[in-house]
Parts: sequence; C-alpha cells; structure tokens
Amino acid sequence: MTAAIVTEDIGRQYGQQWAVDGVDLSIAEGEIYGFLGPNGAGKSTLVRMLCTLLRPTRGAASVAGHDVVKHPELVRLRIGVALQDAALDDRQTGRELLDLQARLYGLDRGERLERVEQVLRLVDIGDAIDRRIGTYSGGMKRRLDLAAALVHDPDIVFLDEPTTGLDPVSRAAVWEEVRDLNARQGITIFLTTQYLEEADELAHRVGIISKGKLVAEGRPDELKRSVGTDVIVAKVADVTEDVLGALRTVPGVDGVGASRGEIIVHSADGAGAMSPVALALHQSGTTVTSLTLRTPTLDDVFLELTGSHLEADAAPERGDGAPPRADAAPGAPSGGGPAPATGEEAAS
Amino acid sequence: MTLPADLALDAGRRRVHARPAGFVTDLLSVALRAVRQIPREPDSVIPALLVPVFFYVLNVGALSKVTHAAAGIDFKAFELPVAVVFAVTGVSRASALVTDIQGGYFDRLMMTPVRRLTLLLGLMTADFVLVMALAVPVVVLGLLFGVHFATGVAGMAVFVVLSGIWGLTFTGLPYAIALKTGSPAAVNSSFLLFFPITFLTTTFVPKQALSGWLAAVAFYNPMTYILAGLRSLVSNGWDGVALGEALLAIAAFGVLSLSLALAALRGRVQRR
Repeated sequence: MTAAIVTEDIGRQYGQQWAVDGVDLSIAEGEIYGFLGPNGAGKSTLVRMLCTLLRPTRGAASVAGHDVVKHPELVRLRIGVALQDAALDDRQTGRELLDLQARLYGLDRGERLERVEQVLRLVDIGDAIDRRIGTYSGGMKRRLDLAAALVHDPDIVFLDEPTTGLDPVSRAAVWEEVRDLNARQGITIFLTTQYLEEADELAHRVGIISKGKLVAEGRPDELKRSVGTDVIVAKVADVTEDVLGALRTVPGVDGVGASRGEIIVHSADGAGAMSPVALALHQSGTTVTSLTLRTPTLDDVFLELTGSHLEADAAPERGDGAPPRADAAPGAPSGGGPAPATGEEAAS
Repeated sequence: MTLPADLALDAGRRRVHARPAGFVTDLLSVALRAVRQIPREPDSVIPALLVPVFFYVLNVGALSKVTHAAAGIDFKAFELPVAVVFAVTGVSRASALVTDIQGGYFDRLMMTPVRRLTLLLGLMTADFVLVMALAVPVVVLGLLFGVHFATGVAGMAVFVVLSGIWGLTFTGLPYAIALKTGSPAAVNSSFLLFFPITFLTTTFVPKQALSGWLAAVAFYNPMTYILAGLRSLVSNGWDGVALGEALLAIAAFGVLSLSLALAALRGRVQRR
C-alpha cells in the first residue's frame, strides 16, 4: 500500500525546546491515523509542518508523495485541513466561505456549486449555511470547518483536535462524518486528539506522542494488549508503600502502580484477583472508596510509557508523591509496538 | 448520521481536481470577500465619513470670513481637498486582516494555493473601492456648500480618483503594521500617523502663509503637494505642474508604504 504521509526524523525547535523531536511516521493511503497526546505534546506543531505552515527544523516529510519543504504548493492541492480552532471568518456566511475556498482551489462555477452542495449534505448545517458564521454554535463551526477542508476534494485530511470543546452529541456527529469520509471516499485522515475514546473509536492505528517524541505506535488493541490484560482500579484515601507492597504479594497480581489517588493493579485474571485484592486492601487498613475491574485503555498505555495520565492538561502528581516522570521511552521505535515501560506506575 | 442515497460522495463519483486558480481569480476572490464585508461593518465606515463632514462644516463655518477677509481665500473650496483627504486617509481592511491572522483564517488561506501577493492586493483593491465611495459624498457636500470646480465634471472625477489613489497608498502603512505584528492595538495606533501627515502641511492656510519649522516640515510632507494638486482642480483649472507634483508625491509615499507592506507580507507568509 502506498504511503500517504511519511516523516523521517522530523523535528521542530523553538528556542532551546524541541516541540517535535525526531518523529518517524508512515501512514498508508486510506488509513485513519490517530495522533494521541496531551496538550503541548507537539501534535499541532507536527500537523502544521505537514500542512506546510511551518518549516521543520530537521528531518523530512512527504505528504501525498510531495516533499513539504521543496514542493509545498503541490502538497496544498492534495490536502484539506481543519486546525485546532475552527479557522473561519465570522463575517461571511457559511456558503460564502465555502465558495471562496473552492474558488481559491481553482474550481469553476459548476464544480463549485456541485462540491458545495455535496459537502453541505455531508456536514448537515441546514439553512444556517446562509447565515453569518458569527451566529453559529461551536459544533456548527466545527462542521463548517470540516466542510471547508473537504470542498476541493482532497486526498488527505488533517483534523487537529476536531472535537475539542464540543458537546457529546456534536462529537458523535463529527466521528460519524470522519468514518464516512474514510469509508465511502477512501480519504486518508490524520487525526490529532487528546481524547482516548476518540482515538480508540476512529483510528486504525494510533501514535502516542509525549513531549515531542513518538513513544508508541500501533493498532489500539495491540497497544492495550501491550500493557497486560485486566486492570483493577482502587480509589483509596491514602496511597502508601505498605498498601502497594501488600498488593504485590497477592497471588495472580502481575503489577501494581499508583497515580492520582488510584491504585492500579494489573492481572491476567482480573475477575479471579478481584477478591484477594479487596481483602488485601481491607487488611492494609486503607479506606477504599471504589474498586473497579476493567480492560486496559490507551490511558493505561500512556501511563505506562510516560508516568502520567493522558487526559490531564498538566502532568498530575503521582500517588506515591514522587514528581511526574519525564518521557519514559525517548526514541521509542515508531514502527513497532510500544516502548518498554520504565515508569514506577508500570507493572512491577 | 445517514447520508442521502443520491449523494455522489462515494469512491466512484466524479472527482474535482484542485489547481491554482490564477492571479486574477485569486485577486478578485480576495477582493470580493473584502468588499462584501464593508457594508456588514458600518461602524468601520461611518466614522470615516462623519469626521471629514464634521470638520469641513466646522472649519468652513468658523474660518470662512476670517480667511476671506485676510487673504481673499474661498475657504469652502480651499478646505474641500482637506475634507476628502480626511475621508480617505487611514481607511483600510488592516483591522480585518488582524482578525483573520488572530482567528486562524489567514492560515486557512495560506494552506490554499492562493498567490500570497493577492492576500494583500485583494484587500487593497477593496480599500480603493471604499475610499472612492467615501470621496464622492464629500465632493457632493462641497457642491452643496456652493463649491465650484474650475475643471468641471472631469476635474471632479480626477479629484475623486486622485484622492482614492492617495488613500490606497496610505493603506500600506496599516497593512505593514498588521502583517508585521498581527496586533489590533498596533494597527489602531497606526492612526497616529494620520495626524502629522494631514496637519503638518497646508491644512488651514496656503503654503506661502506658513513660516518657521512648519514651513520646513510642510516642504517635505507629501500631503502639501497632494493638497495643492487637488486644490488646483477646484480653484485654478487644469494645472499640469500641480497635478504632476501631486502624483509624484503620492508615488514617493506609495513606494515607501507599499515596500513596507510587501516586506511585512513576505515575513508573514514565510514559513519559519
């Protein structure tokens, strides 16, 4: 399968800081690739380099077969982009904005009329399309932004956090539109998100970025499998080393970690380990407010790799009182499974 | 969400092929958008019309008799070019450009194949339309006040066009600031440039009546020659020298302001 997007050691430096630090990607045509990471991880910077808005400090990238530095004008013809904040003009109507966008891509009058109608049916803005964009809700703006990214019939679409700030209903609608675009038109979609569920629901493959580095990459189920099987999460009043030590001795427990007031227990047989874990917690004298059994999530993957939760704007204080861990696996291979875990929260 | 059955969005549909639209289409597209926005933002246009009308009425009412008695000047005709310069100087879409930059819409345009130059020239084209539209009612006001154009209707047309060209060249400064800073406050402060250019000159009295430092400053101020050219159309008839000097002054100022704007555009669109 031909690669739609390829990056080789791509990096972008601001002052002394590398916002993106040596990322290697290979994304196939027709793939939905989820780029997952917390705020400030480097997702948007990478998107802006791939969309020809920013010049990489080092490395190379090609999009739709064209080098983003040497032939940005050719890249622009093949991509559609919806950046993190809906980049619209409140003073135009939705239809005017789409028509202008189509004009700038060289579409003639007939093509413009046809494409505007097509994308409008896809994003379903209704009669509001002839109203000024300033009157739109956040969800409508996002959908118009998506329509503007599609009006020239691109091969590759970049969606930078397309559902951030949206209510659940609007978020679900955007997901459906993304799936349709990919399934019905075969459009390659590069999607950045800080929502685990979004990456899990939509992406064929997920890349996890932390502090500018790609720390893991693979299919969501592969990544989740990589951190073990079942996860028991105990919310407790006080995480102490005594409690963690007691849990480590429980038969069937593969690993114990702590984060944000939660004790995370990994076990190949979660159901079987549940009762002994509950007993061990009780005997240790700590107050348990909830005890749940679940399968691993991408957040568990991120936690294992980086030492912090994904859906936190700032690195949270760890349950054991230690400072947040820096990237656990800088330079992790991009093509394979997740990098080896080194964090203390990882299964011990 | 269910897609309509007749929706031709599937893989087998006829695809369109994005391509560069060409310089003229880019220019007209950007200009059309800017022109369309003008009536939607009356608050940015009405003051540009009210201020010159107010000052024209005020100055003519207050100073007509004095200037006529002292120097035999028809102050209504003398001040009409000042009023039109007030109307057209500093009117631009620079604030809208800053809004585009801050809101990310400029980036959206940058990701299209649009010629970067047209992102500026398109706005300036809209500005030219606007300043011409602002100059016309000021001329009509002068006619209502009894001003007679020595050069007739053709002179009035030249008067409006010359004013429009001046207004256009001045826009280079706020655009340079907008593109360089992306800051609305900085663009608003560019209005300060209006004062030295329009007041350190023959705004209220003829050149020969100026003295001292003001005479020296006025000598180098392009507005002095622009006002002289416009006044010649109203009061003297066709005066090639005055008109030529006015055009030269506009051209000199335009080279400076447009060079700054183009340099700022280059910096803004350059991928860093």
